[in-house]
Amino acid sequence: MAALNLRRLISPKALTGCRRSLSTTASCKAQSMTVRDSLNMAMDEEIARDPKVFLMGEEVAEYDGAYKVSKNLWRKYGNSRIKDTPITEMGYAGIAVGAAMAGLRPICEFMTFNFSMQAIDHVINSAAKTYYMSAGTVPVPIVFRGPNGAALGVAAQHSQCFAAWYSHCPGLKVVSPYSSEDCKGLLKSAIRDPNPVVCLENEIMYGVQFEMSDQALDKDFLIPIGKAKIERAGKHITLVSHSKFVGTCLDAANELAGIGVECEVINLRTIRPMDDETIFKSVMKTHHLVTVEGGWPQSGIGAEIVARVIESPAFNYLDAPIIRVTGADVPMPYAKLLEDHALPHPINVTRSVKKVLNIK
Amino acid sequence: MLRRTIIGLSKQLQTLSSNNVKQCRGIHRTVGVHADEGDDLKEKPVYPGSKQLEFVNQLNFLNPDNEPAIPVYRVMDRKGRIVKHQGASEDPNLDKDTVIKMYHDMTLLNTMDKILYDSQRQGRISFYMTNFGEEGTHIGSAAALTKNDWIFGQYREAGVLMWRGFPLEAFMDQCYGNSGDGGLGKQMPVHYGSKELNFVTISSTLATQMPQAAGAAYAIKRSGKDACVICYFGEGAASEGDAHAAFNFAATLNCPIIFFCRNNHFAISTPSTEQYKGDGIASRGSGYGMMTVRVDGNDVFATYNATKAAREICVKESRPVLIEAMTYRLGHHSTSDDSSAYRSVDEVSYWDKQDTPIARLRHYMVNKGWWSEETEQKWKNESRMRVVKAFEKAEAKKKPSPDLLFTDVYKEMEPHILKQQQAMKAHVMNYKEHYPLDKFEKWKD
Repeated sequence: MAALNLRRLISPKALTGCRRSLSTTASCKAQSMTVRDSLNMAMDEEIARDPKVFLMGEEVAEYDGAYKVSKNLWRKYGNSRIKDTPITEMGYAGIAVGAAMAGLRPICEFMTFNFSMQAIDHVINSAAKTYYMSAGTVPVPIVFRGPNGAALGVAAQHSQCFAAWYSHCPGLKVVSPYSSEDCKGLLKSAIRDPNPVVCLENEIMYGVQFEMSDQALDKDFLIPIGKAKIERAGKHITLVSHSKFVGTCLDAANELAGIGVECEVINLRTIRPMDDETIFKSVMKTHHLVTVEGGWPQSGIGAEIVARVIESPAFNYLDAPIIRVTGADVPMPYAKLLEDHALPHPINVTRSVKKVLNIK
Repeated sequence: MLRRTIIGLSKQLQTLSSNNVKQCRGIHRTVGVHADEGDDLKEKPVYPGSKQLEFVNQLNFLNPDNEPAIPVYRVMDRKGRIVKHQGASEDPNLDKDTVIKMYHDMTLLNTMDKILYDSQRQGRISFYMTNFGEEGTHIGSAAALTKNDWIFGQYREAGVLMWRGFPLEAFMDQCYGNSGDGGLGKQMPVHYGSKELNFVTISSTLATQMPQAAGAAYAIKRSGKDACVICYFGEGAASEGDAHAAFNFAATLNCPIIFFCRNNHFAISTPSTEQYKGDGIASRGSGYGMMTVRVDGNDVFATYNATKAAREICVKESRPVLIEAMTYRLGHHSTSDDSSAYRSVDEVSYWDKQDTPIARLRHYMVNKGWWSEETEQKWKNESRMRVVKAFEKAEAKKKPSPDLLFTDVYKEMEPHILKQQQAMKAHVMNYKEHYPLDKFEKWKD
């Protein structure tokens, strides 16, 4: 089964077939899978595993999802597990929270997180705070998921990054996966987590293919919430990022490797609770730090990382000030050239690295 | 061809007004074409997903001002006399013990409200909301449900909890936020909750409980349990977008839920005449496809009958029901409000004297020979004594352990929270002479 027909990867059923054959061959070749399919696989497996799990959102059923993330799930599981909702984020987020309070495990999809602002009262006041405010009597095991942040040519009201907004609130867990493996493992963990979890995906990443190890293809593959991953080890400088911009960092790191600068790239994976220990350890090794994110600079994820580093023992190991690479401090423009320049590119990262390291 | 046309046309012409008929005849004579006149006998409006519709050819707006208002169902008049309808009464004929429990709970609530309201004024608790005038809506509806039915309240439903057996001490402990509080001191007064009694903890955000309740009803339906959800809300909260979504979802998802609107005609200072333009909340029900009834909320038996019947519909047919209980908010909105700023004392006094659920039930019981001046006086003294006793006990209790500040943020204690909890403990232990630790329960080790 060395050469796999990529088309068959669209249906999770086909994958199970592939897995069975893979386990009998002598050499295991890792498969590649798009982020979209890995999210689909995660939901498929969790819905099959636990009768309480169900998906609700706009267009998730027969339409297969606005971005086709829930493709074939309605055909497989029907109306009782995959529910289309009327157009009211405020309404169906509230319904989903109520269902979670009464013992179900809803996956509440926002077509994009921009629309979650309609429902943010339910995410924060009905979901995040309720376990605390009810003194532990009303748990809300819910997952809010959908694409977040940068998209392509959809302008300001469809391109905002909500990582900083949601990570601000205690009671909520916030994950921001990058690769297909991240998406599968983190979404599965989020669904199994008894707390409310916000899963910030990225629309541009949906179509990107990543290698998936055999372990990642397993139906019980989980990535723990609250642990970052070192995507690339290095000794000269630490780059910390989340979501799509991990890729930007890796591209910059490749370029910089050409001039002898070895970057350690950390993929946060979880924004809250943030794995700051991994960051501190890395900074204590490299003595330099650049943070990279798509969101706006003020009160952003980079700001939080910098504050924590300064408050930690790692501060004493810094040989230079920290630089934050962020999205431009403007509502996202529509014109392609402007949009391009409103988000970080590898060149922004390499320039910042060179500045921090004081090299030309 | 032309003759057949004339015959066909004349059939239609009979249904038109004489003016039109004259016009059509004119057209027919001069133009001689039949295709311009429509044939509504053969076509029927069939739209995807719509109900069975008919065409009409005369423009008529539905004028809500001309629609008759939805009537108010009641069982007894203001003097507690059963009103007969076509010779029959709708007295639920509850046994003496049940009726007396209804009266006891309404008056106990009333007494507790008076004492806790005063305690806020004296600075003993930070905040309170009374239920004056609306006790009937609580007790009537609560008595018609089973203990498996979930309750989502707004904030003026303490009587529902009381009916289910929430002890006086528990109410007081919650208001004081002391170590006896089931809410562990994490919520402001009157934000009660009880997992055992299936009463979801009150949340301040208005009307958010409505879609949550619909979602919970959906989950209960899926579980197959013989239970429903009741969701209480005020006529003001019904203006929130959440209310619209909740009604719509409950209907489209076939949820077994009773939406119980306490229309007490005031949303803080906003009278109902400014809250909505239509016929109250009940008129919205059929717009969402929900069975609806409007009841006299001050008639505990009418409320009981309506809720009992609604529950049956919910559970058997898996569909939502809307009950609008008409009542009057006798008290202020809360201790932060003084309603004399926006309504006349006379109006309040009128309702207090003429129409309260407590007085009506008492009249009924007196008529039945189950109650007297003597029993009234005895009960007044006993209930007051009970409330005062519970109050004194609550006031004497210590505050919860400071540990609890950090628990229940997440289901399991996260390491970063544990660190904060330990750091606070270390700090306080180091400077304990500066902290009033004697007022708090001991730290858990």
